[in-house]
Amino acid sequence: MATAVQPVEQTNYLNADYGIKSWLLTTDHKRIAMLYLISISVFFWIGGLFAMLVRLELLTPAGDLMQADTYNKAFTMHGITMVFFFLIPSVPAVLGNFLVPLMIGAKDLAFPRINLLSWYIYVVAGCLWLYTIITGGVDTGWTFYTPLSTAFSNTHVITGALSVFIAGFSSIFTGLNFIVTIHRMRAPGMTWQRLPLFLWSNYAAAVIMVLGTPVLAITLLLVALERAFNIGVFNPALGGDPLLFQHLFWFYSHPAVYIMILPGMGVVSEIVACFSRKRVFGYNAVALASIGIAVLGFLVWAHHMFVAGISLYAALVFSLLSFFVAIPSAIKVFNWTATMYKGSIRFDTPMLYALGFIGLFTIGGLTGLFLACLGVDVHVHDTYFIIAHFHYIMVGGMVMAYMGGLHFWWPKISGKLYPEAWAKLSAMFVFFGFNLTFFPQFVLGYMGMPRRYQSYPPEFQVLNVLSTAGASVLAVGYVLPMIYFLWSLRYGQNAPPNPWNAAGLEWKAASPPPTFNFDVTPVVTWEAYNYDELDKPQEVPIAR
Amino acid sequence: MHASQTAAHELRHHFADMDQQRDTASFGMWIFLVTEIMFFGGLFLSYMLYRFLYPTAFLEGSRHMNIRLGALNTAVLICSSLTMVLAVRCVKINQRKLTVIFLLITMLLGFAFMGVKAIEYHEHWVAREVPGPAFQFEGTDPRHTQIFFSLYFAMTGLHALHMIIGCGLVLFLMINAWRGAYNSEYYNPVEIGGLYWHFVDIVWIWLFPLLYLISHQHVGGGF
Repeated sequence: MATAVQPVEQTNYLNADYGIKSWLLTTDHKRIAMLYLISISVFFWIGGLFAMLVRLELLTPAGDLMQADTYNKAFTMHGITMVFFFLIPSVPAVLGNFLVPLMIGAKDLAFPRINLLSWYIYVVAGCLWLYTIITGGVDTGWTFYTPLSTAFSNTHVITGALSVFIAGFSSIFTGLNFIVTIHRMRAPGMTWQRLPLFLWSNYAAAVIMVLGTPVLAITLLLVALERAFNIGVFNPALGGDPLLFQHLFWFYSHPAVYIMILPGMGVVSEIVACFSRKRVFGYNAVALASIGIAVLGFLVWAHHMFVAGISLYAALVFSLLSFFVAIPSAIKVFNWTATMYKGSIRFDTPMLYALGFIGLFTIGGLTGLFLACLGVDVHVHDTYFIIAHFHYIMVGGMVMAYMGGLHFWWPKISGKLYPEAWAKLSAMFVFFGFNLTFFPQFVLGYMGMPRRYQSYPPEFQVLNVLSTAGASVLAVGYVLPMIYFLWSLRYGQNAPPNPWNAAGLEWKAASPPPTFNFDVTPVVTWEAYNYDELDKPQEVPIAR
Repeated sequence: MHASQTAAHELRHHFADMDQQRDTASFGMWIFLVTEIMFFGGLFLSYMLYRFLYPTAFLEGSRHMNIRLGALNTAVLICSSLTMVLAVRCVKINQRKLTVIFLLITMLLGFAFMGVKAIEYHEHWVAREVPGPAFQFEGTDPRHTQIFFSLYFAMTGLHALHMIIGCGLVLFLMINAWRGAYNSEYYNPVEIGGLYWHFVDIVWIWLFPLLYLISHQHVGGGF
C-alpha cells in the first residue's frame, strides 16, 4: 500500500449498492453466494427439524410420538431437504460461488446472469418443495423407489419429484459455470498446476453435476409422468422394470455423494495447508485424486442394489470397483496428514473442523469398505449401519468441511472477525455431539436394527437414547455459529485482508472484496501454497 | 467502424476481449449440450433395455407410426438446420436482412414440424394408442406395446418441448438481429443458438429410425 492513510470505509461488494432490488437483480458472484447462503441455511434448519422429529420418535421403542405414516414422511423429508436443498448446493453454491473467481483472479464467473438464474431456479424448486411439505409431504424415502412412488404412495410425489427435478437445473448451471470459468477465466500465470486444490475439487464436482444431474432429472420426470399421465416406463404391471429406475437413480445419486464430499475435501486442503504453514504434500496426487474420484464415482452405482436382484457377476464387478474408490480417497487423507507432519500447526477453529473432517471421513470411508464387500453388505443392508456410514461422510465429512470453510473465509466474506472462543466451543459441541449421535448407530445397525422403522425392540433403547442425546448436543453446535456469525456482522472487529496470513489470491483482495474483486488483473508468478515464502522473515517491515 | 463500436459496447465487464467472450460462450453451450445428451440418454437407455426385452412388441408398435409424416418432419428439420447455419453465416458477414429472413424461415420450419407432430399425436389419440386406461392395441403383446408408446410419447414429447424452446430462442435472436444487435464482431448469441438448434435436430435424427423405421411394414400410412 503506497497511500499513507486508508479511507475509513472502502467500497466493497456489500456496500456498493443498497436496497432489495440491488440484491435480487445482482450478477455479482459474491452477492449470489450470499443469497445462496441464506436460502440453504433455511433448508438446513428445516431438514434439521425433521431430523429432530425422527430422533425424538426413536427415543422410545414404541411408535408413540407420531403415526407410522407420519414417521415415513419425516425421514423422507429430512433426506430430500438435506440432500437436494442443502448438501448438494452447500460448498459449491456458497463458498464456490464466492471463491472460484477470486481464487483464479477473475472479475466474475463466466456467466454471471446464468449464475443468478441458477439461484432463482433453486428458489422456485425450494418453494415447490415447501409447498409439498406444507400440503402433506412425501413418504417414499428420498430415493423415490418405484413402484412405491409411481403406483402405491398416496402422498405428493409429483410435486416432490418435480421440485428435485427443478433443483437439479440449478446445480447443472452452477457446475457448468465452474467448468467454463476454470477453463477460460484464469488470470495470467494461473496455470492448472498452480490452481488451489479447492478449485480442483470443485472442478471435479462440477463435472459430476454436469454429467450426472441430467440423468436424475429425466428419471424423476418419468416418475412424475408415470403418476400424472400413465407413461408407464417403470410400471411392472406393463412389464416395466423397477430395477431400471434404481439403475438410473443411482447413476446420479451415487456420484452425487461425491458432488457433496469433493468440494468439502477442497476446503480441507486449503485449511490444512494454511494452519500447518506448509505446501500441501503431494499437490499433484491430491489434485488428480479429485478427478479420480469423479471418474470412479460413475462406475460404482450398483453397490446400492446388491440385494435388489442384480446378477451376481454384476455385483462382483461393482463391488470391486467400489473398493477402488478407496484409493484416491486414501491418497487425500494420507497427504493431508503428511502435510501436517512437521508443520507448525495452529488449532484455530477452521483447523479444528478440518481435523474433525479427516478423522470422521476416514471412519465413514473405512465403513464404506465394509459395505462394498458383498457378504457384509447383505448382513447390514438397510440397517442403521448404513445410516451411520453415510452420516459420517455427509455430516462428519461434508458439514464439518462446510463449517470449517465458513469460519475460514468468514473474514473475507463479511469483513468481520468472528469470536474465536465461542467458535472453538461450538466446534467441540459439533464434534462430540456428532460422534455421540452416530457412533451408536454403527452398533445398532450391526446388531440388526433396520432403518426406516419407527419402533424397535426394547434392547436397542439405550443406544437410541444416546443417539438422540447426541443429536441435541449437535444442534447446539449448529445454533451457536448462526448466532455469533450474525452477531459479528454488527459487533465483530473489522477483518484485515489476510487475517490467517494465508496463501491464495482471494486473500490479496480487500475484506470484503470490491465488486470486481481486483482493481488490476493479478499476474501469478508463484506456486500454490507458497507458505515457505510467506513465512520468510521479511527484511522491510510492512508499511502502514 | 460501426461494428467494432458495437463490439466494445457488447464486451461484458469480466472478459478481457471479444475473443475470450466468444470462446467462453460457445464452450458453455457445448457443456450444456453434454448435459442434454445425458438427459436424453436416460430415455435412450430405457428404449434400449425394453426393445431388447420385448422386441416383437416394439416392432408392432413401430408399425403404427405414420412413416410419411415422420419422414416429412425429418426433411423439415434438416432444411431448418440448413437455414439456421445460413443465418449464422449471414450474421458473420454483416447481412442483417438475410440473417432475419433465414432465422424467420428456421422458425417457420420449427412451427411446421410441431404442426405435423400435432397431427400425428391426434392420430394416435383417435386410434387409442395413448398409454393409460383407454389404451387399446390389436397385437400379440399389447401390454408391452404400451411401454413402446410410453417411450414414444416421452421421447417425442420431450423433443417437441425442446423445439418449442428452440423456436422461442430463434424468435428472440430474430428480433435482436432485426434491431441490428449482431454483426461480424458480435454474433455469438446467433452461433450458440444455432448449436442448440442443431442439437435438437440431431436428437430427432436418432428418434426417427428408432421409433419409425424398425419395422418393415406399416399400417399407419406406409410408403
